[in-house]
Amino acid sequence: MDVLDIARWQFGIITVYHFLFVPLTIGLTAVIAGLETAWVRTGKEDYLRLTKFFGKLFLINFAIGVVTGIVQEFQFGMNWSDYSRFVGDVFGAPLAVEGLLAFFLESTFLGLWIFGWDKLPRGLHAACMWLVHLGTLASSWFILAANSWMQHPVGYRFNAESGRAELTDFWAVMFNKVQVVTFPHVVFAAYMTAGTFVLGVSAYLYMKKRHEADRPMYHHAIRIGAVVTLLAGLGVAITGDLQGKVMTEVQPMKMAAAEGLYETSESCAPFSVFTVGTPDGKEEKFAVTVPCLLSFLGTGSFDGTVEGINPLREEYAETYGSDPTSKAFTEGDYTPVIPVTYWSFRFMMGLGFFAAGGAALILWLTRKGRTPGVRWLGVLGLSLPIATTLASSWGWIFTEMGRQPWVVFGLMTTESGVSPGVSVFEAATSLVVLTSLYALLAVIEVKLLVTYIRKGADPYEEPPRVKVGGSDDEDAPLTFAY
Amino acid sequence: MELTTVWFALIAVLWVGYFCLEGFDFGVGMLLPVLARDETERRVMINTIGPVWDGNEVWVLVAGGATFAAFPEWYATLFSGFYLPLLLILVALIVRGLAFEYRHKRGEDTWKGRWDLAIIWGSFVPALLWGVAFANIVAGVPIDADKEFTGTLFTLLNPFGLLGGLVTLTLFATHGAMFVALKTDGDIRHRARDLAVRIGAVAALLAVVFLAWTQMKTGTAVSALAFVLAALSLVGGLLAATRGREGWAFVGTFVTIALAVIGLFVALFPDVMPSTTDPAYSLTTTNAAATAYTLKVMTWVAVVFTPIVLGYQAWTYWVFRRRIAVHHIPTADLAGTPTS
Repeated sequence: MDVLDIARWQFGIITVYHFLFVPLTIGLTAVIAGLETAWVRTGKEDYLRLTKFFGKLFLINFAIGVVTGIVQEFQFGMNWSDYSRFVGDVFGAPLAVEGLLAFFLESTFLGLWIFGWDKLPRGLHAACMWLVHLGTLASSWFILAANSWMQHPVGYRFNAESGRAELTDFWAVMFNKVQVVTFPHVVFAAYMTAGTFVLGVSAYLYMKKRHEADRPMYHHAIRIGAVVTLLAGLGVAITGDLQGKVMTEVQPMKMAAAEGLYETSESCAPFSVFTVGTPDGKEEKFAVTVPCLLSFLGTGSFDGTVEGINPLREEYAETYGSDPTSKAFTEGDYTPVIPVTYWSFRFMMGLGFFAAGGAALILWLTRKGRTPGVRWLGVLGLSLPIATTLASSWGWIFTEMGRQPWVVFGLMTTESGVSPGVSVFEAATSLVVLTSLYALLAVIEVKLLVTYIRKGADPYEEPPRVKVGGSDDEDAPLTFAY
Repeated sequence: MELTTVWFALIAVLWVGYFCLEGFDFGVGMLLPVLARDETERRVMINTIGPVWDGNEVWVLVAGGATFAAFPEWYATLFSGFYLPLLLILVALIVRGLAFEYRHKRGEDTWKGRWDLAIIWGSFVPALLWGVAFANIVAGVPIDADKEFTGTLFTLLNPFGLLGGLVTLTLFATHGAMFVALKTDGDIRHRARDLAVRIGAVAALLAVVFLAWTQMKTGTAVSALAFVLAALSLVGGLLAATRGREGWAFVGTFVTIALAVIGLFVALFPDVMPSTTDPAYSLTTTNAAATAYTLKVMTWVAVVFTPIVLGYQAWTYWVFRRRIAVHHIPTADLAGTPTS
């Protein structure tokens, strides 16, 4: 393996791993803030118990998301220094702004929320979690703007003298047409993840005899989770459809690769449910298809034209493959790895539909206060957050692998972005150290989550009514301490 | 003033913020086995930084992001060049951050003991390595015509670099002890104050040698002034500590770190990474910078949002202004295990 392969694997592993924790973080902050607000307004004990319970689970998850996020910020420079030099003028700004606007907000107000139960009035305490949520949204906005620019570079010019892309219009980057459909898609997916998490954990506890006394509370929580899941799922589907249309326009190769569509279809392109191609990915051997559906997904009309892989490959080779000194040149092929894009696209959608279906079923089973006695409710419930989380992973694998061989579409190939000065030893050390550390942390995290899920929500404990800074009794023990 | 100079100054400010804030929580982490005598005291120490350590750490993320945006070449050369030390810092920050959040989640002594090690080493390693890295940035490293670092890990482990590491290590330990003295009450408060003075004396000695050496290498009149004031501030802080004035003592180490970092950046200017291979290959605020347009956009963002961030971070410190003593620690931890 050379540095390029190692750096690719590291980026893939580290980023997919990081994003296992991110959607739940984004979504749960909103759910927890909502639950706490409900408690502040109604005074119902269950809302506070659920706030604290999901707050605890959230913090276990959030911690890993934060610490693995540090690596994200550093590894562009470490492994992809030529990429950083080439795009820094455009790509660096959203990253810097993300830190200033989002990370400070999240970390500061989360600290206040965790330790502030006996230091802040109730409304202000709940507001802290809303601000954390605002921070996660801001963070998503800026990092997705940066990513969308890689998919569809806008608001820049290529400066031949400095040999890099330079920003000309910040607002164009912020409101890139890819960005405005990607941001809601990712955020809705995050809400869906949180919805399934609340639903799944509550369904599991609802089925446990040990927690029988709390059944009404978990019943309520199941329904909250299911409603969040379904509403968010609808949002995911609508924005996903819009994304497909933008993708067909700006990254036709990705759409074709998602479908395994080898030849251009002038009208009524079929949607493939299952395709087997030749090993070199150039030809279709066997396919099960739904007529005209792809045309509809890609263009909004059943007789729209969808370009195929083979003509696009030739077109790209002609446009970009003539100048070997260009950063857009590759000796290889301007086609992504078709089986990966094809299957990741289907796994993403399949898992998403599965989660929505599961949530709908459970919502129906618990309708009008019904108390289902089916044994598999807990198992089905717990499988849903796993499905939504993996759906997000596959979505990212699709969107990033589908862009290949580009790191910035049409401007720079991934192979020309790697750090030239980094040795195989350094890169391999980093890959081995980080992946083994991450594996260990995953084991610890999952074990902790399981332990705390099994415990269930703690009994109600009335938080003290205080003014900002705490009560007058300076000797009272802290309500919360590490 | 040129926007590139403004951004050089702003990045200096971000590093000042990072070292002045995370500096003390590195110190608290490192001194965990030295200052705390039992589990409750360890929890007292950890809880002094519990609500703020994450916010403190964001300063380095913003410093990294701002360097990426304002000086892409600096970001690329530095991060790909100082590869293994940065990897070590990353690993340290990962295990340390998790340790704060996970340590209290289970009751067993072995569980807590392991996370204590993560806190101690996870604080020690970056406290040392940031100093090594900054000393090398200021002194210069081999950089070729393509702006690539051509040295190895051992290039960085030179006497000047290592001395820089020892300076940050001891300064952060002093700063951390001052913070514990300021934020706790009871026995541990007095022990922290005494220890701060003792480590502080060593830190002062090392810092004077290091800053004088830096001044001889690349200093200017302004950096000399900053270094002298830094040294005076440290002495003042230590004197305040011996008189039991913990607030002033903490201000002393805070200002020392700030002035030392400012002095280093002044000594570095107008280079951002001098090349020892050939001065013509040095990265400067001009040849490493982003375009004027990007810098202008970023300046607007920074001007509007930095005061807001400073405002709410300061407010957090005010909300958590009370000292913590042994009797404030709940008798059972979150895992439900009674504290010994």
